[in-house]
Amino acid sequence: MKDRAIQVVKFSHYYGQQPSLKNLNLDIYRKEILSIIGPARSGKSTFLTCLNRLVDLVPASRVEGKIFIDGQDIYQPEVEVAALRRQLGMVFATPVPLPMSIYDNLVFGPKLQGQTNRQELDQLVEDCLEKAGLWAEVKDRLKTSALKLSGGQQQRLCLARVLALKPEFILLDEPTSGLDPISTMKIEDTLRLLKDEYTIILVTNNTKQAARVADRTAFFLMGELVEVNETEIVFTRPADKRTESYIEGKFG
Amino acid sequence: MKKKFGLQPRAEQTIVQVFLYFLTSVAVLVLFFILAVILKNGLPQLSLEFLTKNPAHMGREGGIFSTVVATIYLTFIALLVATPLGVGTAIYLTEYTFEGTVTRIIRFGAECLAGIPSIIFGLFGFILFVNKLKFGWSILSGGLTLAFMVLPTIIRTSEEAIKSVPAAYRLVSYSLGSTRWQTVTKVVLPSAAPGIVTGVILSIGRSIGETAAVIFTAGSALHLPSSIFSSARTMSVHFYILAREGISMPKAYGTAAVLVIAILLINIITYYLMGKYISRSSRS
Repeated sequence: MKDRAIQVVKFSHYYGQQPSLKNLNLDIYRKEILSIIGPARSGKSTFLTCLNRLVDLVPASRVEGKIFIDGQDIYQPEVEVAALRRQLGMVFATPVPLPMSIYDNLVFGPKLQGQTNRQELDQLVEDCLEKAGLWAEVKDRLKTSALKLSGGQQQRLCLARVLALKPEFILLDEPTSGLDPISTMKIEDTLRLLKDEYTIILVTNNTKQAARVADRTAFFLMGELVEVNETEIVFTRPADKRTESYIEGKFG
Repeated sequence: MKKKFGLQPRAEQTIVQVFLYFLTSVAVLVLFFILAVILKNGLPQLSLEFLTKNPAHMGREGGIFSTVVATIYLTFIALLVATPLGVGTAIYLTEYTFEGTVTRIIRFGAECLAGIPSIIFGLFGFILFVNKLKFGWSILSGGLTLAFMVLPTIIRTSEEAIKSVPAAYRLVSYSLGSTRWQTVTKVVLPSAAPGIVTGVILSIGRSIGETAAVIFTAGSALHLPSSIFSSARTMSVHFYILAREGISMPKAYGTAAVLVIAILLINIITYYLMGKYISRSSRS
């Protein structure tokens, strides 16, 4: 029996009256890469923001049901949202370096928690950039603006910035959608290495990417979870007709 | 074949272009004309003595030192009060509430405040600060009145500056585990700073140049102010009285020249600093 890290139970989300996630039931296991595929507007990204409660920032947004992370119901009022978000680091579709140096981007999260020891921070920056596969490229210019990096480098910086939070989970929202094939490959290689330490949830609109890196794959359609299974099974013997036609490229 | 338009498109273009050039040059010419008149009449008055000596004989003799000091005091107090108030309001409107009836009412209120003639602010300041709160004709009364007068400008420019900070920055900041206040202080305000500073500078200009609101609240005493409860005469009030009462046109022009030069200098320095700030934040 695998170790359940996240349990989603009868979970729904609404924008105003419009349901965007309908009655989801899903378990996510520790140290796996779960990819979520599905056409645009099927609720994949919304699901990620429900996991770290970034969805709280959206006006007229409402949730029903429960999400347990390590057994704790994250929608209870006493949950400290900032701490929750540090546990579930998120990388967005467009790389968004903050308008400051590479170094300051990396230490942004740790500094918020009051970490000030210069040596520890330096070490953390090196470790995280190393893990994200960016250290060799930027080690001589940590003090230059992060905005000067290329798109691929910026996205790896965003990944490194998330690692600096020492999260348990990494949420990736179509992280390579704006990147060239080589940058995409670098990110995917990094994800495979990170799997040993982190639980990774990867939303992607690229089904091939899911097939390449994910242990399990979930297929979302119009806010519903159609099926979830081992990636190989989803791609070779999907249980649902709709999954099959999506993977074969008949729609989406 | 009947021609629908009398002119070739290219000719039309040229006419429009010349016309617009003309409009633009009128605006610029007016500016230069004002500068030329003020400086031509005022510059000969300027000397170290004019700046460092207090006015004597109602301003007929001496310099304008006490009025310069009064202007600085008054402007300083106005900004000290209006900046936190205005920036705080802007932060509340943009970051702490969702757009709704309440924000619309507050914003409408601020817009109305901006449209009130300055002499009405003077009357309000006179009733509230000078009489009711018994601050008397003083730098404090004048400064507070000016603060309320420039408040809408600071709110509006700060709000625009804060709104122009990309939403993605906020999202990233929250996703990295920051609270709302941390997001405001560490991400939003640094990015919005150039815009906020612009609003503050605009307010400095308005404070320095304001006459009607000040004359009702700070009075027009010519001595060097000794505390914020002293009555004092700012440069623009001094200019107004010298010219209006026909005391000394040369001294009036001299005062005007100092005013204009001061405002020009403030603008130039601000744009220089903002240029540096912007290029630094995008480079380093």
